[in-house]
Amino acid sequence: MFSILRSLWYTFLHAFHKRETILYPEEKPYLPPRYRGRIILSRDPDGEERCVACYLCAAACPVDCISLQATEDKDGRRYPETFRINFSRCIFCGLCEEACPTYAIQLIPDFELSEYNRQNMVYEKEHLLISGTGKYPEYNFYRNAGVDMGVKGKGEGGNEHPPVDIKSIMP
Amino acid sequence: MMVKIQIDGTYYDVKPGKNLLETCLALGIDVPHFCYHGAMGSVGACRLCAVKKFRDPCDQKGRIIMSCMEPVNEGLIVSVNDPDAKMFRAAILESLMINHPHDCPVCDEGGECHLQDMLVMTGHNYRRFDFKKRTHFNQYLGPFISHEMNRCIQCYRCVRFYDDYTGGKDLAVFGSHDHLYFGRGEDGILESEFSGNLVEVCPTGVFTDKTLKEHYTRKWDLSNTPSVCVHCSIGCNTIAGERYGKLRRIMSRYNGAVNGYFLCDRGRFGYQFVNVENRIGEAQIRTSKNSNPVEATPDMIASACAEALSGSKKIAGIGSPRASLEANFALQKLVGKENFFAGVSRTEHTLAKTAIDILQHEAIHSPSLKEIEKADAILILGEDLTNTAPMAALAVRQAARNKGIEVAGNSGIPPWNDYAVRLKAQDVKSPIIMANPFSAKLDEIAEKTYRAAYSDIARVGFAVAALINDGAPGVKGLSKEQLSMAQHIANALKEAKNPMVITGTHGGSEDMVHAAANIAMALFLHGKEGALSIVFPECNSMGLGMMDGKPFEDLAGLPADSTCDTLVILENDLYRRADQSLIDDLLERCKNVIVLDHLITGTTLKSDILLPVGTFAESEGTLVNNEGRAQRFYRVFPAEGTVIESWRQLKELMIFSGNHESASWENFDHVAQAMSDSIPAFAKIKGHMPGADFRILNEKIKRQTMRFSGRTAMNAQFSVSEPKSPVDPDSPLAFSMEGANETPPSSLVTNYWTPGWNSNNAMNFYLDEPNGSMKGGDPGFRLLETAATKHILFFAPVTGAFTPEAGEWEIVPAYQIFGSEELSSQGPAVAERIPEPFIIMNRRDAEEAGVKEHEMIDLTLTRSSLQVKLKIDDNIPAGVAGLSTGLPGMPFLKLPESGRVKNSKK
Ligand code: SF4
Ligand code: SF4
Ligand code: SF4
Ligand code: SF4
Ligand code: FES
Repeated sequence: MFSILRSLWYTFLHAFHKRETILYPEEKPYLPPRYRGRIILSRDPDGEERCVACYLCAAACPVDCISLQATEDKDGRRYPETFRINFSRCIFCGLCEEACPTYAIQLIPDFELSEYNRQNMVYEKEHLLISGTGKYPEYNFYRNAGVDMGVKGKGEGGNEHPPVDIKSIMP
Repeated sequence: MMVKIQIDGTYYDVKPGKNLLETCLALGIDVPHFCYHGAMGSVGACRLCAVKKFRDPCDQKGRIIMSCMEPVNEGLIVSVNDPDAKMFRAAILESLMINHPHDCPVCDEGGECHLQDMLVMTGHNYRRFDFKKRTHFNQYLGPFISHEMNRCIQCYRCVRFYDDYTGGKDLAVFGSHDHLYFGRGEDGILESEFSGNLVEVCPTGVFTDKTLKEHYTRKWDLSNTPSVCVHCSIGCNTIAGERYGKLRRIMSRYNGAVNGYFLCDRGRFGYQFVNVENRIGEAQIRTSKNSNPVEATPDMIASACAEALSGSKKIAGIGSPRASLEANFALQKLVGKENFFAGVSRTEHTLAKTAIDILQHEAIHSPSLKEIEKADAILILGEDLTNTAPMAALAVRQAARNKGIEVAGNSGIPPWNDYAVRLKAQDVKSPIIMANPFSAKLDEIAEKTYRAAYSDIARVGFAVAALINDGAPGVKGLSKEQLSMAQHIANALKEAKNPMVITGTHGGSEDMVHAAANIAMALFLHGKEGALSIVFPECNSMGLGMMDGKPFEDLAGLPADSTCDTLVILENDLYRRADQSLIDDLLERCKNVIVLDHLITGTTLKSDILLPVGTFAESEGTLVNNEGRAQRFYRVFPAEGTVIESWRQLKELMIFSGNHESASWENFDHVAQAMSDSIPAFAKIKGHMPGADFRILNEKIKRQTMRFSGRTAMNAQFSVSEPKSPVDPDSPLAFSMEGANETPPSSLVTNYWTPGWNSNNAMNFYLDEPNGSMKGGDPGFRLLETAATKHILFFAPVTGAFTPEAGEWEIVPAYQIFGSEELSSQGPAVAERIPEPFIIMNRRDAEEAGVKEHEMIDLTLTRSSLQVKLKIDDNIPAGVAGLSTGLPGMPFLKLPESGRVKNSKK
């Protein structure tokens, strides 16, 4: 008997608590920066596409909803010619972001992806690519890799010796 | 005899004479390694294969040894999992990784990288080295191979393959200590015909496939299908990878009896013709004989075909040596045996028939490439193998080493101890004798070379046979030089345990093939095996030759009113096979010309009805290689548009013509079965290959890997609902990542993978032992074995000695690996390697004719004339000139024939 009354009392007290329900969409909820929502492709600090078309995100995706095709520009820089995500399949697990070696693919705090037509949930590269660096302002893969793809020459990286002179006989 | 050894506490009975590493791999034990390769043996360079060896069962301490350098002997006790050995291996890898760049995401090797595999296997997954790395500039290596030197881990596999195994001269190692550089002296095209194998041999991403880069796809994303190379008569086994409906690359598929681990560059990079603009996508019709065909609706095509076929009094068909057996058979069914013509010139046809008859003789054995590798004396009669059957040339190069291996063996050095064998052997080689009109690449390993016109080569060949066996007819009037050459060859062959003769049909000389047969039969009577390998012109020349058919010149030669009303041409550009006027006339005379092909050719432009058919990648079929081995290739991906397989297209045509026999051919097995039943030579085919209903535990075999990605997005731009995956009614393979997890039969392996091994080194786990046979037997089966004729009947020489005539040259064909084969030449990478048409003469002859090296000269032949560049080869005999043959844009030439040359400018 007492416990029933106590429950009623607690329930009544809730009428005076701060409300969890908000007046969405007029009012937006706070989402932490690491919230896993809509996926974007970011750019490196030099403003170039970050994605190097390595296919790792596609391989990591448990529902196989990422499909891309690699290509190269005149300097040999590899980038995706097409990059497609089928959001109607995406489960926002974030494994693609975790697999990405270049910080290109990122999940952002935006969940407003509803469409009347399911076909519109298929995003192509032009829908995915943003103009900023997203969550990671610094990293540029091509500055750290050994390849010369038009970003830095051979041996110009911070962790590199100048290229070897193979004709030299010095020890 | 087996020996007992102990590995990590378990006893195994193993073959002696091997090294411990290959023994472990054969047993399925993962031992990390880099420098050891099944085909190339061990050198102990990388130090990764360390294991611990114990002196006896009481030895608790043991010592670290390199498993690839350790012979297996009775009582050997080792531990692979010993903590010290493990630590040692991880330390080796860590040191190799010091200079390795941070490249995996943009490295084409990633996902099938031997180095990645070894890192995971040894457990060195995090870098501790925080200092600077050495870097290297890269080189331009031609249209096939990309170079990224930073990634090198100094295992020496590339130079061991390129220089030691294939005899390449232009790839070397430069520098010292951690500055080692593997490349060419200067930028330039890699000269070897086998450079593509560097992609598979190099354990890292230093050498990668440049043609793949244009449409780069990771290994795990490819849908892979077992296929057979269509670019020469050797029939190497390949794995063809597809993605998004395009053929992406060719990798080698192991076949212990044929190509082993490797492929030639024509086979690896020739695939691009499947993707070219020049493909025929839709059926076409032409309205008048003077116009080109234009696209038409399926209804129009159907009614045109029905009209042409049902209204004809006589339908003739021309088959093709580049189409499958089943397609040729379907054509033969459509037109009837008497109206079926083999789509090759009379010379080629006669030669093929002769060669097949010879190979069926019971005294003669047609060896596999593996058997050629085992020979200890080889006579090559008039065939430039490097250009006409490249992998056979590679096999001959291995055979040349056998004497050296024997010499080393006498000093107790096992064959797998590669560097020691080479040091001991020095220049000791098995006798390889090259008889060819002009210089060939194999000359460099030849003990003796003989330069002469084909007729003289044949005469010396006959003389050799006569010297080995008195029963063989001799030749009169040989010069002293020729006699001593014949004597030398005869002695070399007689002295060998495993002598072999290789010849081919490319020289167009029946006498030469007869001479080769005489030698092989003479050797047989001398107590040897009678091994004779004959190189054929195209991938299915042998198969076509085994069917009843006449040369198509017979059809062209008929009077106009009895030629035929309707002519059906299967995958064949007749303009490559006879004079233009003859073909023009033939096509003009036939009321309806129906052509089935996949590339636009001179012949397809003259067709009244043009039906698009699949290339090897969009069809299934059986090819018979020059050994007589029937091998099946499977559809790599479903064709686009109205393209279907040739046999299916011909099945439709049969129904149009009112022949309903084909109506029951629902899948490929039915047509293969019908063929086996009606052509005795192919009786064995039925039941020999797993049929379309073959299942493993009720499941098909998957073409895709378990990591295949993008399944729910790759077609989403068209429709967000995924389409059903296409079905393959013709084979036990599925266009899917779902299927049996068990290892399929050897001929159906789609992908080499085993836990821990994502690189192609996983191949070793599909073999009974490295460099051995596939588990369950090598793919394909020989058709020649049972047919046998009794009594040895030697052939008699026909042509006399060659006598040069003033001002005239005998023009002999010089086939080119890049250019002479029709299909591969269409791809852009191979096209870059095609030489300008050229002629080879000796210096004296050139001076006599007043022509200079590197200049364009006019060559006049009986029926045509052309402009070619002059190359000087002082070895070519006087009065003989070699002409590059079959290059794109060159007219058909019936070689050898005599021609005249003069300076273009005059
Ligand atoms: S993992 Fe990153 S870099 Fe690689 S393809 Fe995906 S987005 Fe591009
Ligand atoms: S060679 Fe292998 S480990 Fe090195 S970058 Fe390429 S994929 Fe990565
Ligand atoms: S280039 Fe490749 S094969 Fe050659 S030594 Fe380096 S890692 Fe080995
Ligand atoms: S040797 Fe012949 S069959 Fe083998 S890969 Fe080369 S072209 Fe193809
Ligand atoms: S594999 Fe044994 S040392 Fe390299």
